[in-house]
Amino acid sequence: MKLLTHNMLSCHIKNVRNGYPFLIEVVKVSEHEADFDPDFLKHIFPRINWPAFLQGAQSLGCREGLPEEAAESMLEDEGFLKRFHHALLEVFLEEGSLVCPETGRKFPVTKGIPNMLLNEDEC
Amino acid sequence: MGKGERPEHMAPPDIFYNEDEARKYTTNSRMINIQSTLTERALELLALPQDGLPRLLLDLGCGSGLSGEALSEAGQVWVGLDISAAMLDVAHEREVEGDLVLGDLGHGLPLRPGSFDGAISISAVQWLCNADRAGHDPRKRMKRFFETLYMSLRRGARAVLQIYPENHKQAEMLVAAAMKVGFSGGLVVDYPHSTRAKKYFLVLMVGTSISVPTAKGLDGGEPEDEEEEAAAEHVQVAGRDRNKRRRTGSGKGDGKGREWVLRKKEQMRKKGYDIAPDSKYTARKRKRVV
Ligand SMILES: C[S@@+](CC[C@H](N)C(=O)[O-])C[C@H]1O[C@@H](n2cnc3c(N)ncnc32)[C@H](O)[C@@H]1O
Repeated sequence: MKLLTHNMLSCHIKNVRNGYPFLIEVVKVSEHEADFDPDFLKHIFPRINWPAFLQGAQSLGCREGLPEEAAESMLEDEGFLKRFHHALLEVFLEEGSLVCPETGRKFPVTKGIPNMLLNEDEC
Repeated sequence: MGKGERPEHMAPPDIFYNEDEARKYTTNSRMINIQSTLTERALELLALPQDGLPRLLLDLGCGSGLSGEALSEAGQVWVGLDISAAMLDVAHEREVEGDLVLGDLGHGLPLRPGSFDGAISISAVQWLCNADRAGHDPRKRMKRFFETLYMSLRRGARAVLQIYPENHKQAEMLVAAAMKVGFSGGLVVDYPHSTRAKKYFLVLMVGTSISVPTAKGLDGGEPEDEEEEAAAEHVQVAGRDRNKRRRTGSGKGDGKGREWVLRKKEQMRKKGYDIAPDSKYTARKRKRVV
């Protein structure tokens, strides 16, 4: 699971109000190269919840070089784009868990796939 | 497809799409053609701006990634969700580009508002019309699915869901459920006059109400090029394959029966999957709402 996906996931347990962002518990992280596409990065940037992204990057160990706050103007900086690209699309949570910030419910991640199935009493 | 041959009648999706089925499904070149043709048509109906920019899309019921691969080929970025761990395992092995999530559409999508530029679903959403477990209420599951889908899309975005409804009523029930949560749009039926080529696409829009796109083959025509021909044969091929397996499988010709399902469930449990306990409902004839 990429941090791009982590940024979009939110806990869907019934009646949970503050299910975003998931905390990440890491067992294994991997890296795979992805095509560098500045156009896509610029397209998606305004939608990225930056604090959630930083929190995720911190957990996956790729926080370094990412600014505390992000502004649209940084997209002109190639160096920033490269680091953003790397953390967003090239670092993967392989094994671990996503933890709902409200309930503490853990959703296991195996082979990079988060298991978001709910129990009957959660839906 | 005749009665009793639909996968939706045989077992819940996470049981039906087991390891065997997932592998067979994904290596069948005919199936690959059909699913990518359907995906290309869905993309056409999604009507993304033609500016060469990759969009972030959802693939709902992504399975082993056949539809997703067609999205990648079209230069799109995607996240896929499916209820079958076996299908997702095959997708993972094949190193598809999209991220994968194990989830049940009927539980609603675990997504934050306004996160996606569009959604497609190929041959999956008709499963929501069945009550697969004790306590399943198809109407409630559809509502949950559509309301969370609506929320997860950006304004002006579309969702195109290709479905195999059992009858027109099922299709209409899905449309009604979608409209109720705020979507506009409706059903596009390609080749409506052809029993073989007929294809249903639910075309849904968020926050705009432009008219529903035009279907293909309204003049009574049939698909012309080879790939569409393949898509046209989907139903028959699927029926034939299944008949064959049935005959060779149990030897009794009554499909994957209760015993088979119980065995499968036990196997899945041993592998550590969280499988519903067996009950009198297990592998019973599936109840449908319409
Ligand atoms: C015919 S396959 C299509 C897979 C893929 N879209 C393709 O084009 O190859 C249908 C898929 O829908 C999935 N499915 C059925 N019901 C589902 C549900 N309630 N939630 C998520 N996925 C579901 C099945 O597990 C299966 O992988």
